[in-house]
Amino acid sequence: MSPKREKAMVPQAEFRSYYGKPILKPPAWKVPDVPGYLFLGGLAGASATMAAAATLTGRPELAKIGHLAAAGGALGSVGALVHDLGRPERFLNMLRVFKVTSPLSVGSWILAPFSGLAVAAAGSQLTGIFPRLGALAGWGAGALGPAMCTYTAVLLADTAVPAWHEAHPYLPFVFAGSAMSSGAGMALVAAPVASTRPVVRVGLLGAAMETAALTTVERSLGVVSEPYHSGRPGTLLKAAKVLTATGAGLSLFGRRSRVAAVAAGAAYLAAGICTRFGVYHAGVESTKDPKYVVTPQRERLAARH
Amino acid sequence: MGNRLSGPLDDPAQDAGYPGGHPPRMGFFTDTSVCIGCKACEVACKEWNSVPEDGIDLLGLSYDNTGELSANTWRHVAFVEQKVSAPAVDIGMPTIGAPKQTDDQSGDRDGVRWLMSSDVCKHCTHAACLDVCPTGSLFRTEFGTVVVQDDICNGCGYCVPACPYGVIGKREGDGRAWKCTLCYDRIGDGLQPACATACPTESIQYGPLDELRERADRRLEELHEKGVEQARLYGRDPDDGVGGDGAFFLLLDEPEVYGLPPDPVVTTRDLPAMWKRAAVAAASVAAGVAWAFLGRS
Ligand code: SF4
Ligand code: SF4
Repeated sequence: MSPKREKAMVPQAEFRSYYGKPILKPPAWKVPDVPGYLFLGGLAGASATMAAAATLTGRPELAKIGHLAAAGGALGSVGALVHDLGRPERFLNMLRVFKVTSPLSVGSWILAPFSGLAVAAAGSQLTGIFPRLGALAGWGAGALGPAMCTYTAVLLADTAVPAWHEAHPYLPFVFAGSAMSSGAGMALVAAPVASTRPVVRVGLLGAAMETAALTTVERSLGVVSEPYHSGRPGTLLKAAKVLTATGAGLSLFGRRSRVAAVAAGAAYLAAGICTRFGVYHAGVESTKDPKYVVTPQRERLAARH
Repeated sequence: MGNRLSGPLDDPAQDAGYPGGHPPRMGFFTDTSVCIGCKACEVACKEWNSVPEDGIDLLGLSYDNTGELSANTWRHVAFVEQKVSAPAVDIGMPTIGAPKQTDDQSGDRDGVRWLMSSDVCKHCTHAACLDVCPTGSLFRTEFGTVVVQDDICNGCGYCVPACPYGVIGKREGDGRAWKCTLCYDRIGDGLQPACATACPTESIQYGPLDELRERADRRLEELHEKGVEQARLYGRDPDDGVGGDGAFFLLLDEPEVYGLPPDPVVTTRDLPAMWKRAAVAAASVAAGVAWAFLGRS
């Protein structure tokens, strides 16, 4: 055995622990339910807001796509959340109280009305009945859309999970950017080529915001950044970045080529999925090794004394 | 600089809305220096609370075959075997039989030191599990303790990653979250919690938190006088990241050696900052979409 190899096998002994056992419990949530809930919620939120903007600026075909994506995403998001519960038959207990200290309570109070409004708007779009009420519902969903894009970032950050909690200043921007490019991705896939200009812009803005915020998360959190660029979450987030860049690049040709538009949209959507799964798994990984708990806390204590 | 989310808080029960005249805050002081690792607390807890078994495993971690606190383990005795070269110090353990030969304690021989500690839910002053619970299932009792109501919990699992000590867990097959109740059903009747009742060495002491804190301070002083420099209180300080623990400890080494976080912080301390950032990010979405659609096309 080469000396190099031997050295690599010596465990890092910079922190002490109880037999190397985790201090925290990993999130008890199911995969793909919860990462899926994050992705679909973001997609729905951005789509609803884009639908409202499209209505406002006289782009009915974009509005329709936005309404449908919002309704589909919202239903999927609610479904994933309910399916994840240990007691799904008690899902209404989510709305039993309104608790400002619980991002899941606040989030449920955003998700529930949003879903109702988004489904009403889409239903009215599809059937043509109650057009006035449908339009009103569309405005309502559009207004709640931005909150849908970001509340889930607070949901993850408001835990003891080191990789999520320490990233709390940046996660809302990761999720907001990712939601925008996902929403744009759906529209790029579905909309006629000639009408995609504003969609391309939303996608580019989202891609820039997500990439910048994600890079900050990967670099600025000390040891807690590690799970974001190593192992499975590292691979997922690298894929997310490449796909986002691909989507952004292709979208520039989306007004000339239907193929490019669809490919750009698909890349954006895949990127959104990779981002949510990557961030989710980075958090899980950071609960499994006590180093991510002890090292930053020790540093904090040392700085205080 | 306390507020409702973090910092010192004299009376969490009052903060939760109980009127004056509610009982004093009750808690545990676990003095690990007298723990003998008998696990009577683990057994008593399981028996009294009908906590299901969680598998009989040999973990290979000294005498610890329990492993960790979880939905099905509300008291967990940790065993740490340490090689020491320092002379063993008499920490006032109860002994039986004839006193030891004094020439046995020459002092410079290597030996083994046993650290044993019965861990439990900390019943935090600012309990993250309770803060994040969306259903109101987790609540603050009139004793200032933190309890799950199993008829309300919908198994969302949010409390699990929120706890900075990794205490609360979701029970397989049942789907709901479970943890130590500080024997809410017993203390309401004036009884001691099952673990404290069973503990043969009074390592687990139950009582009004104020009294426990005084007692712990005296015990710490006593140990320091005896030269046990390593002794320290953990979770005693109302200025710590969770506003102090309702169940706190006397440890003989650094907390992480026992599997405890050295500087836990209630995550909700940063919640206002989080919502602010999320609001800015949401506003960016709104502004970005507006710009994209209103701009020249
Ligand atoms: S130790 Fe964990 S489970 Fe117990 S009260 Fe504190 S946050 Fe809740
Ligand atoms: S799992 Fe139950 S106790 Fe825990 S946060 Fe959800 S509803 Fe509350």
